[in-house]
Amino acid sequence: METTITQDINRSKSLSDFIQKVELTNFQPLFSEQKRTNSFNLLSQLQFPTTKDEAWKYTRLSKISGGNYQLQNGTKESIIPELIENLEGTVLVFVNGKYAIELSKIQPEVGVSISPIHRVDKAWLEANTSIGKNQEELFLLLNDYFAQDGVAIEIEKNTQSTQTVQVLNYISENNSLVATRNAIVIKEGASIELVMSYYAENETTSFSSHITEITIENNANLTLHKIQNEYSSNFTIASEEINQGKDSNVTLHTYTLNGGLVRNNVYANVNGQNSETNLYGIYLLNEKQHVDNHTTIDHQVAHCLSNELYKGVLSDQSTGVFNGKVFVRKDAQKINAFQSNANVLLSDLASMNSKPELEIYADDVKCSHGSTTGQIDEEAIFYLRARGISEKNAKLLMIDAFIGEVIEKNTNGFVKDKIYTLLQHKQEQL
Amino acid sequence: MIKINDLHASIDGKEILKGLNLEVKAGEVHAIMGPNGAGKSTLASVLAGREEYEITSGSVDFDGKDLLELSTEDRAREGLFLAFQYPVEIPGVSNINFLRTALNEIREYKGEEQISAKDFMSMVREKSKIVELDSKLASRSVNEGFSGGEKKRNEIFQMAMLDPKLSILDETDSGLDIDALRIVANGVNTLKSSNNATIVITHYQRLLDYIVPDFVHVLYNGRIVKTGPKELALELEEKGYDWIKAEFA
Repeated sequence: METTITQDINRSKSLSDFIQKVELTNFQPLFSEQKRTNSFNLLSQLQFPTTKDEAWKYTRLSKISGGNYQLQNGTKESIIPELIENLEGTVLVFVNGKYAIELSKIQPEVGVSISPIHRVDKAWLEANTSIGKNQEELFLLLNDYFAQDGVAIEIEKNTQSTQTVQVLNYISENNSLVATRNAIVIKEGASIELVMSYYAENETTSFSSHITEITIENNANLTLHKIQNEYSSNFTIASEEINQGKDSNVTLHTYTLNGGLVRNNVYANVNGQNSETNLYGIYLLNEKQHVDNHTTIDHQVAHCLSNELYKGVLSDQSTGVFNGKVFVRKDAQKINAFQSNANVLLSDLASMNSKPELEIYADDVKCSHGSTTGQIDEEAIFYLRARGISEKNAKLLMIDAFIGEVIEKNTNGFVKDKIYTLLQHKQEQL
Repeated sequence: MIKINDLHASIDGKEILKGLNLEVKAGEVHAIMGPNGAGKSTLASVLAGREEYEITSGSVDFDGKDLLELSTEDRAREGLFLAFQYPVEIPGVSNINFLRTALNEIREYKGEEQISAKDFMSMVREKSKIVELDSKLASRSVNEGFSGGEKKRNEIFQMAMLDPKLSILDETDSGLDIDALRIVANGVNTLKSSNNATIVITHYQRLLDYIVPDFVHVLYNGRIVKTGPKELALELEEKGYDWIKAEFA
């Protein structure tokens, strides 16, 4: 693409300033010099979005734009093995966005190719990244520029992978800028289940950009479990770009248990008939944590089903955003699309902005959306206490029940156990 | 068992209980009757520890403990049970999970060991029979989608599980058909012993055909104005409350 750079000396917070401030230690860029130059040129004309931009109305990025970041080296080998629970299958570990070979283990399986993405050949990388419609989105360009590694997965035709692949991302250093790029290709009739988890060393500060681009061919299946459990000093902007073929099934579980600022963008482009798309999410926030889930399900063809259920519990001064868009394009008849967002505020100072949106251009569809935000039912708490249950445990029972509906959508026992364990710890803080 | 002395309670600055006295001994069943607005449900709420009510004076001694000093959960742990007039639906919290949590917290309070899963389940089976509660209901979410009768039977099932010293049944007969009423009353009678006591709060005499009280009290304008044997209930049924109102207005 040809780009003309328009110089604007007076622009205060140009992205080029932000980029040039980043210290590059041992930088091994994933993408070609040409692609990165192009991204840089585009970024130079952009600024970080402000709350005047509709898509960022409730999420302030000044914490990120004002930060000083470094690309970091280094692995903290001692702590990570504790986080890897299923040592049987494939585990890929990325520390500060770099592949940690000594902590990773790739279990060979017929028809399943998994590797750190920096190792794949250029043609594959080009074919399977930057596949979304909007190639000029700021955080995509930033990721193009800074990405060093990520995971590349390709499942051959009709291969049913029997393992749950784990990709673990860990931040060990202060002021880390982490950019990972993942590409997943599931060929016709194939399936895989994948856990992507995000952790950090306590009190590290960071800004992470994680982009996962997913191609699901006809009759293929993907279940992706995303576990976000960093600290209030860690900021993340993440995207999943999903392209679905016909008769395919995608289920994405997003568990946001901790993080200072977390933005999840999910784009599901459903291009094949008779497909199913399930997006399930929970977020539990305390202190001044901020979590923003922006989802788009684009039904471009007929006879598809989508289910979306996000639930949040917010305490202290935390803030949440849910923006769920469902498009049903012209001629995409017989679509069933269900979307729901529900929130419980545990504190008067917590707040939630929820915006479910449906845009329907077909006339024979069944779509619903709903959003509720309320307090915990005090009458129920009293009822439980009147049976001898402490106020604290009564509250926990209620929260468990509230988010349990979402967790129970997950059929992977290993992941469910992991989530319930992490929740026990989180609930102590609510 | 419980001794209520000159109890005054108000809500939003309005006094509802105006010097209530009542003593219930172990092994006894007391009925509290009265017209609407007399303070019957307020009494139940105050004893269970609802925080909206302000106790302005008086005392309540519960088996040697100052009841009014205890939190709602500690009152339950000490053996006070309120069967709610309107049992609360709690979606997502299973009856079983909730009761096991309650039972174990009560046991912990008393310094007893936690109940094993096996013992707990056999207890559930045994106690659900008392109120003919389908074991399927026991594993569903608390009161969610239960009929009016099932909700009240579930209250008595919980009472059977928790084995309280003093049970307060707040308008347990409201919304019950005659069959459900008989089942609920049967459950209460089965659980009756010389070590526990029951306070039955009701507007109508009907329930007292099944749960026979030792004493009937008439609550009017925040005070017990009349106490008599079980026949007093019949008299109230026949004559209504107007003569009480006239006498004590």
